[in-house]
Amino acid sequence: MSAVIESHGHDDHHHGPAKGLTRWLYTTNHKDIGTLYLWFSFAMFLIGGAMAMVIRAELFQPGMQIVEPEFYNQMLTLHGLIMVFGAVMPAFVGLANWLVPMMVGAPDMALPRMNNLSFWILPFAFFILLSSLLMEGGAPNFGWTFYAPLSTTYAPPSVTFFIFSVHIMGASSIMGSINVIVTIMNMRAPGMTLMKMPLFVWSWLITAYLLIAVMPVLAGAVTMMLMDIHFGTSFFNAAGGGDPVLFQHIFWFFGHPEVYIMILPAFGITSHIIETFSRKQLFGYASMVWAMASIAILSFVVWAHHMFTVGLPLAAELFFMWATMLIAVPTGVKVFNWVTTMFKGSITYETPMLFAIAFVVLFTIGGFSGLMLAITPADFQYHDTYFVVAHFHYVLVPGSIFSIMAAVYYWIPKWTGNMYDERLGKLHFWLSFIGVNVTFFPQHWIGLAGMPRRIPDYALQFADWNMISSVGAFLFGASQILFLFIVIKTVMGGKKATPEVWEGSRGLEWTVESPAPYHTFTTPPKVS
Amino acid sequence: MNEGSKKTIKTLCFAVIGMFTFSFALVPLYNVFCEVTGLNGKIELRATNNKNIESENGRDISIQFVSHNNEEMPWAFKPTEDNIKVTTGKYHTATFYVKNTTNKRMVAQAIPSVAPSNAAAHLKKLECFCFEQQELAPGEEALLPVKLIFDNELPSSINSVVLSYTIFDVTEYKDVELTNNHNEMDHANGHDMESSL
Repeated sequence: MSAVIESHGHDDHHHGPAKGLTRWLYTTNHKDIGTLYLWFSFAMFLIGGAMAMVIRAELFQPGMQIVEPEFYNQMLTLHGLIMVFGAVMPAFVGLANWLVPMMVGAPDMALPRMNNLSFWILPFAFFILLSSLLMEGGAPNFGWTFYAPLSTTYAPPSVTFFIFSVHIMGASSIMGSINVIVTIMNMRAPGMTLMKMPLFVWSWLITAYLLIAVMPVLAGAVTMMLMDIHFGTSFFNAAGGGDPVLFQHIFWFFGHPEVYIMILPAFGITSHIIETFSRKQLFGYASMVWAMASIAILSFVVWAHHMFTVGLPLAAELFFMWATMLIAVPTGVKVFNWVTTMFKGSITYETPMLFAIAFVVLFTIGGFSGLMLAITPADFQYHDTYFVVAHFHYVLVPGSIFSIMAAVYYWIPKWTGNMYDERLGKLHFWLSFIGVNVTFFPQHWIGLAGMPRRIPDYALQFADWNMISSVGAFLFGASQILFLFIVIKTVMGGKKATPEVWEGSRGLEWTVESPAPYHTFTTPPKVS
Repeated sequence: MNEGSKKTIKTLCFAVIGMFTFSFALVPLYNVFCEVTGLNGKIELRATNNKNIESENGRDISIQFVSHNNEEMPWAFKPTEDNIKVTTGKYHTATFYVKNTTNKRMVAQAIPSVAPSNAAAHLKKLECFCFEQQELAPGEEALLPVKLIFDNELPSSINSVVLSYTIFDVTEYKDVELTNNHNEMDHANGHDMESSL
């Protein structure tokens, strides 16, 4: 492994990638692995999206129309698991692989072989998870939060496969984050101090620390489930002296940092894009770093706001309510900085900028509904309704997913050497933007009116908004086929990109040619 | 790879192992936390060591009894009286009726819970059927006693307490001791309370 750093001394000829399929199987190149992660995440996004289409098709009209309730439960469980662990997280890891070494001026990730391993175990994890659909008793049907005893005493036999696949996903994430931290801490170009790092690198450094802290806790939770199911322990079984509420505490101790794991890299991406297309230096770099760090630290002391209704004592409900609301402060700082960066900038509205602005607006809407949910007495009304569904889809779809799409449009000229089709990109943006709002905005209303989540049928008064929501979902789903087409078209060819690609681009990755050569920064650049 | 990287990797691996261990440490921590603070309405599953905690100048409160059957537990299980008036600082005895409605010999365990949860720390029991497992022959029935006292320090905002029991089928786990009630209990001789005091 030490060859990675020292190689440029002995081995000066720059060889390109190997040929054929084994290039991808054996690769230790951060750009190859980044590409693998991104394509894998795209495939999972389409599979998880197809499941969402099943859910929305069933909810198109009241009454049971298309699928059995049992299958509906499996669809919503797998949709959540696949989107969280298969689409959003691997997409961010893929972006980190592509960009972190180039942004800090390193030749590759610190641990290239482990990098290969951490990617290649992922397809097996999801193969195992998806294969449970064909098993007796069906796939996991207890929701992506897999609360015990639903996921232990009452779970289908396939839960054991689910546990194994979560273990593999966790191992992959932990290896990926060790790689990111070691790269950032030890392989920065001379002169790049921590406070000179690009914000995407900062956001990933913080995210990786969160992953190191909470993925082992998730592994612990599923291990306890495994022991309860097969080895006669009673961690979560009250009959044996355990406590099902304990499961929720452990799960959300992982789960709340997890939701910030899915949004912090988006903050980094958005900062770069808004800076570039406003043609101004980002406003408040240091405050952005501090805001991300405070959000990460606060994420460890707010977990019980997911469980206000389990019967917490008043003191705990007050503490978790205030701690949760405190998160609005650093988040508000970030939104303020983005808006101020745009203020009086020479803005142009290329596709990445459109996605980034939509991110700021729509993520803020998701943040506001989060504040409403943080109010304990109000949460007793909102809990387990479609209001919650609307809230977390607003922060995840036009939040995390839009930022990933923005990143793809922004950096794809660097990856492929070709410009994407701007006209199609804008079309994709507007279809997605309209689709996402038509889908999820009405869910606020039906949620406030009392429609419960995770139920395949609903009362008649919710029929109109559900139908509209489903139409929006079909529009959003279909427009992602257009996205796939645009990406393939860009990979195949297009207008050649310059090294700097965008007029106002800043950062080391824009100093190398487009497409980025297979090996970059074998001699570290000098950062002033 | 330079020394700095090796050091970072080592630290991170320790952090991963540490957090995995921490997730399991949360189990006893959670139990201790609930026991110390009385949060979660958890009550110690053992008799109080101090018999002489009766005192004068108590006030009247009411206790509501609630009974639940866990999952598929088929036994009949209900309080003899749904609601009793008690005075703090004085012992009171209540009974629960239980019947094995099946044609199999079964073992049951009742688990108590108190609401509001901050009353839990002030509830002491001299005797309770929840301290031991109950074994009943097919069709057998019994009246199970609980002898309890609320101390005078019960917060003045509490005028009514709900004492809930959930009965679990533990036939499979017969004689497997619960996590925190085995210290002073003698299962073979469970009804002889003196032995545990």
